[in-house]
Amino acid sequence: MRRWTPYWLALPAWLWLAIFLVVPIAAMASVSLTTGNLIDGFAQTFSVSNYSDAIAKYSTQFLRSLLYGGIATVIMLVLGYPVAYWIAFKAGHRKSMFLFLLLLPFFVSFVLRTISWGFLLADDGILFGTLKGWGLLPEGFHVLATTVAVIGGLVYNFLPFMILPIYVALERVNPTVIEAAYDLYASRFATFRRVVLPLSLPGVFAGVLMTFVPATADPINAQVLGGTGNTMIGNIVQTEYLVNSNYPTASAISFTLMAVLLIGIFIYARALGTENVLEAAAR
Amino acid sequence: MRGKLGDRVLYLYTWLIILWLSLPIAVMVLFGFNDKQSKSNTSWQGFTLKWYQQLFAIDGLTTALVNSLMIALISTVLATVLGTLLGLAVGRYRFRGKGITDFLIFAAISTPELVMGASLLSLFVSGNAPRGHITIIIAHTLFSLAFVVVTVRARVVGLDPSLEEAARDLGAGTFTTFRLVTLPSIMPGVLAGAMLAFALSIDDYVVTSFVNGSTQTFPLWIIGAVKVGIPPQVNVMGTLIFGIGVLLAVVNAVSARRKTTH
Repeated sequence: MRRWTPYWLALPAWLWLAIFLVVPIAAMASVSLTTGNLIDGFAQTFSVSNYSDAIAKYSTQFLRSLLYGGIATVIMLVLGYPVAYWIAFKAGHRKSMFLFLLLLPFFVSFVLRTISWGFLLADDGILFGTLKGWGLLPEGFHVLATTVAVIGGLVYNFLPFMILPIYVALERVNPTVIEAAYDLYASRFATFRRVVLPLSLPGVFAGVLMTFVPATADPINAQVLGGTGNTMIGNIVQTEYLVNSNYPTASAISFTLMAVLLIGIFIYARALGTENVLEAAAR
Repeated sequence: MRGKLGDRVLYLYTWLIILWLSLPIAVMVLFGFNDKQSKSNTSWQGFTLKWYQQLFAIDGLTTALVNSLMIALISTVLATVLGTLLGLAVGRYRFRGKGITDFLIFAAISTPELVMGASLLSLFVSGNAPRGHITIIIAHTLFSLAFVVVTVRARVVGLDPSLEEAARDLGAGTFTTFRLVTLPSIMPGVLAGAMLAFALSIDDYVVTSFVNGSTQTFPLWIIGAVKVGIPPQVNVMGTLIFGIGVLLAVVNAVSARRKTTH
């Protein structure tokens, strides 16, 4: 009787995950290999033409998404690491207060935060409108509807997801290890480069994963802050699914995106060493 | 000396990042008080409280907010129940299929929202299921569930099994032991998971945009209104949700601190 307990406990969630996660992804794989349209119906032809068509048609948006996601992730790493470092080693008893302040934006809806940036960056908004009024900026100056606005929005929205895992890794670093480095006459920089940085790599790995994947696939920032020239792959999937009802193409794009991200994660994992990856995944 | 200066620079820098992260929230709160005359709400035109008085004046927006709250509530309950049971299973027992279960949990967390939404739509389309409240609740339960599992599992792993054995030795049945011993001790994990599930649900745009049919939620309504201009009521609702959320978090933190010091 007791032997079956874990199965009874797991069963409801198993069913939910199987029916609504595994089956749909399998269904999407099968839809991506069909041809046809909404009116005449779709036929399972196992043709890979959807993939080649989708990649040929949307390669610009694919590359743009990977580029924007990549640039945003690098900026987040550079901006976020010092914050995580300071909170982990120097904030003392105020650590939890600083972490709380970093998480404050999450009490406002993602969509609303992004739109608020739209308010701030508007051509005649409180920031640029005022500066233009003072003659400090030329009349034609604008940020909204540019690449800078989209990447800036991605950095803004996902930065805490970079800071937190790095903070967790740094927080676990045993201070006596750092003291030992100083005792052995290592400079501050050498201590950081040869002791602290390697120990924080699992956190960096987790942070990059938690930011690069959602930033690359995000449709909201491009839609709210970008112009017609900043369309990302997330917007394409939405349009193909919801406006054009072109399910085979949309499924092929979604699958390609997932494959590219998985391959990226895999290469990245190999480059960083599998031990770190397992450690990061175990958390 | 150089170290001290470096620390101070980092301290200022941390505050700068925090200010930058909070800037759009300040703008959101501020423009809820903007006495705007024209259609656009991007420049400051004077202080007013009228948007607070006319908070529910826009029918579509009110419906969307009510939908969001209802969907968040139901999907939170579902995800918390399913996730807690699975969290107990993977945190407590060794069983065949545990590896696959761990993989499923990892997959549910790491699948891009876009792929999750698109694949669910494929399922609903091929099953001819009408899209609406129910499909949104199914989707939200799906992406929240794994997060509940992770928080509950963390709590279960740290649990002392001898407590339950003691309860059983004293004649408590399986259900009584669960209700009186297991559940109270994993409760903080369950509550944290439930709060996370609620936050994820009420905030979701991407997955919902695929499976909503003609049902509107708060984030979907806002995105739909971007082109024609966001009414200030949206700012007011955002401000109120923000205020309530922060208040609950602070009360929670303070009461947790009380418990540990007494």
